[in-house]
Amino acid sequence: MEEAPIISFKHVNKIYSNGTVGLKDINFEIPQGQFLVVVGLSGAGKSTLLRTINRMHEITSGEIKIDGEPIQTYKGQALRLLRRKIGMIFQGFNLVNRSSVERNVLSGRVSYYPTWKTLCGLFTQADREMAVRSLQRVNLADKLYTRADELSGGQQQRVAIARTLMQEPKIILADEPVASLDPLTTKAVMDTLQRLNREDNITVIVNLHSVPLARQYADRIIGLQAGQLVYDRPISEVTEADLNDIYVTEAVQA
Amino acid sequence: MSIPEVPRRSWIQRWHVKGIAVTGLLLVLLVASSRMTGVDVGMFFSNFGQFLNLLVRMSHPAWEYTNVIVQPLLETIQMAILGTTIGAALAVPFAILSASNLIHNRFLRGLTRLFLDLVRTLPDLLLAAIFVAVFGIGSTAGVVTLAIFSFGMVSKLFYEVIETIDMGSLEALTSVGASKVTIIWYAVLPQILNQFVSYFLYTLEINVRASTVLGYLGAGGIGVFLQRSLNEFNYSQTAVIILATLAVVLVIDGISNHLRRVLL
Amino acid sequence: MITTLIEKPSRSIWQRWRWLLWVVVIGALYDWTISGLKFTGLQESAGVVSRSIMAGLVHPQWSYVYDGSGEDLVSLILQTLAIAFLGTIVSAVISVPFAFWAARGDHERFFVRSGSGKVVLTLIRTFPEIVLAIMFIKAVGPGSYAGVLAVSIHSIGMLGKLFSEAIENMNRGPEEAIVSAGGRSGQVFGLATLPTIMPEFFSYTLYRFEIAVRSASILGMVGAGGIGTPMIFAIQTRNWPKVGIILLGIVIMVLLIDSLSEQLRKRLI
Repeated sequence: MEEAPIISFKHVNKIYSNGTVGLKDINFEIPQGQFLVVVGLSGAGKSTLLRTINRMHEITSGEIKIDGEPIQTYKGQALRLLRRKIGMIFQGFNLVNRSSVERNVLSGRVSYYPTWKTLCGLFTQADREMAVRSLQRVNLADKLYTRADELSGGQQQRVAIARTLMQEPKIILADEPVASLDPLTTKAVMDTLQRLNREDNITVIVNLHSVPLARQYADRIIGLQAGQLVYDRPISEVTEADLNDIYVTEAVQA
Repeated sequence: MSIPEVPRRSWIQRWHVKGIAVTGLLLVLLVASSRMTGVDVGMFFSNFGQFLNLLVRMSHPAWEYTNVIVQPLLETIQMAILGTTIGAALAVPFAILSASNLIHNRFLRGLTRLFLDLVRTLPDLLLAAIFVAVFGIGSTAGVVTLAIFSFGMVSKLFYEVIETIDMGSLEALTSVGASKVTIIWYAVLPQILNQFVSYFLYTLEINVRASTVLGYLGAGGIGVFLQRSLNEFNYSQTAVIILATLAVVLVIDGISNHLRRVLL
Repeated sequence: MITTLIEKPSRSIWQRWRWLLWVVVIGALYDWTISGLKFTGLQESAGVVSRSIMAGLVHPQWSYVYDGSGEDLVSLILQTLAIAFLGTIVSAVISVPFAFWAARGDHERFFVRSGSGKVVLTLIRTFPEIVLAIMFIKAVGPGSYAGVLAVSIHSIGMLGKLFSEAIENMNRGPEEAIVSAGGRSGQVFGLATLPTIMPEFFSYTLYRFEIAVRSASILGMVGAGGIGTPMIFAIQTRNWPKVGIILLGIVIMVLLIDSLSEQLRKRLI
C-alpha cells in the first residue's frame, strides 16, 4: 500500500446554502483497488460525500485529489474527463425507461463523442460490441434489445453498471445501489460490483445502510455521523459492536 | 476479436419498421393537411404588415370604452353562473345513473353514458348558434348553451367522483340497519360533496371563458360588443374588451382556485 | 352563556354560524344573477323553430354528404381534421421551448424565469381563440389557413402549461446519470431529458388534438375554414335538414377521433 492514493480528502467541508452542514472536516485516503463501504444513517452525509468525488456536489472548503490532482478547479472538458473516469450507480438506477438496454448502455459512452453524433445515435460498431461485452459481464447480454422498463429492478441496476463500464472507469461510486432491491437481486448486484473490483482493480465506493452487507463485501468501512467521519477501519478490525455504535449513538442523539 | 453473441432481432426490429412507418405516416398526414388547408408560410409574412398594423391599433386601447362594457361583462358572469348551476343540477341524476357502483344494470348505464358522450361532442359555439336561432338573440340562448355544455362536462366528472366512493363505509351503515336516506346523508354525501363543489367551480371557470365569446353569435354578454367592435374595425375597443375579459377571467380563476384549495 | 361558549375552544361562534354566512353570500349571488339577466325577447316562434330543427335532425339532407364538389360534408370534415392536426403539431413544436421556459428550475431564485413563462402561457390561454382566428383572417384572408394559425397559437397556452408541469414532475435520474458519465448539456438533453419526457408530451398532444378537433369545427363560423362555415350559413338560412346532416357529421367525427386517441394513449402508457 505504498503507492499514492487514488482519492484523498483533506479538511473537506460542505455547507449547504441554507446553512445545513453536509460534511465537516473530512480527511481520508483511498488506495487504488479498494472496496470501500460508507455506512451511516440517512442524512449523515453519505450521498454528499460520494457526489463530491465526481463534483456532482461542490465542496465549500478543503481539497479533494484524484490521482494526485486537485479537482476543484476543473471546468468544461477537464471536468467531463474527470467524470468519465468515475462511474456512478444510483439507488433509482436512472435508466431511460422507454429506451432499449443497448441504447442505455451506449449512453455511458457519451463523453467519447461530439454532441451531434450522440443525438443522431451514431455509435461506432466497436462501441456497440463493447456494449455487448459490458452486458456480458453483468450477465445480461440476452436483454440487449429489451426495453429497460421491462426488466426487474436488479436487472436494471446491472444494466446501469454495464453503462458505467462503457466509461472505462478507474473508480465506481455506488449510492445506495441496493436500497430498492430484494435480498436475492441485492446479492447479484453486490457480487457484480465485487467482481469488477477484483478483476479490473476498479476502486469501488459504496454507500450502504445495511451493516451485514457492509461486512460481507467491504475491504474497509468508514462511518459518517452528522457529516463527520467517526469511524475508519479495515475489515479485519471491524467488530459488530463498532458498527452498532455508529447507528445507536446517533439514534440516541437524535 | 469476434463479435460477441447477441440475441437476434426480427427484421421488423432491425430496420426499425415501426418507427419509420409512424414517422412516414405523420409526414404524409402533415403534407396532406397543409395541402388541404392551403398553408403558405410566405403568404403569412408577405401580409405581415397588415397583421402588424392590427396589433399596433390594438395596442392603443380606448380606455374610455371601459364604462360601456362593465354591464355586459357582469351579464357574462351571470350567464356563466346560471348556466353552470342548471347544468350541474341536471347532471346529478345522470351521474348517478352512470356510476357503476350504484347502478348495476349495464344496459341502463351504457345508454346513459352514450347519451352523455354524444352531448359532449358538441362544441359550445355550435350550440350557441343553434340556440340563438331557437330563442332569438339575447342571454337566454347563452344560458341554455352553457347549461348544456356544462351538463356534458359535469356529469362525467361527477360520476367519476361517485365511482371513487369508499363502499366500505356504506356497508358498515347497512350492516347496522341504517335506512337508504341515512346512508346517503352520512356516508355518501360527505365523501363527494367537496369534490362536487370543486368540479362545479372548475366548470364555472371554463364557462366564464366560454361565455365571453358566445355573444359573438348573438348569445348575450360581452361577446356581442366584441363582435361589434371587430365588425366596425374599431380595434382600440377590441383591445379594451380583450383586456377586460382577461382581467375578469383571471379574477374568477383566482377566487375559484382559492375556494377549491380551501375545500379539498 | 357567552362565557360557556368561549370556554369551548373546539367550536367558536364563528365556526358554528359560518354556514349561515355562506348561505347568505350564495343566496345574494344567485339573486344578483337572476335579477341581472333579461329573459325577455323570447321569440314566439321558439317552439316552431325547435320543431323544425328536430324534423331536420330526423330527416337530414343525405345528398350533402358527398357530391364531389369539394364543398360537401366529407371534404369539409377532412379539412376540419386537417386544421386541427396541423395546428396541434405546429403548436406542440412551439410549446416545447415555452414549456422549458415556464418549468420551475431547482436552482432558480424567486422563480423569475418560470414565473414570467407561466404568466405568458396564461395570457395566451385566456386570449379567445375566435378573436385570434379573426385577427389571422386579416393577415392571410378567410379560409382554413387562418384556422390553422389560430389553433397553433391558442393551443400553446394549454400545451405549454401541461408540458411544463410534465417537466417539473419528471424523473431527473437519467439526466444525472448522463452528467455523471461526462456528458455535455446537449447530450444530457438528447439522451436523457427528451426520451424521458417524450411519451408524456405525446400523450398531452393527443389530448389537445381532441380539443382542437372541436375548435376547428367551429372556427369556420367566423370564416376560418372547415365545417363551421356551411354550418353557420345553414343555420342562418334555416336550412334545418342541412344543419342536421352537418351535426351528425361533427358528432361522428368527434366520437371517432376521441376513441382513436384514447386507444393510442392507452398503448403509450
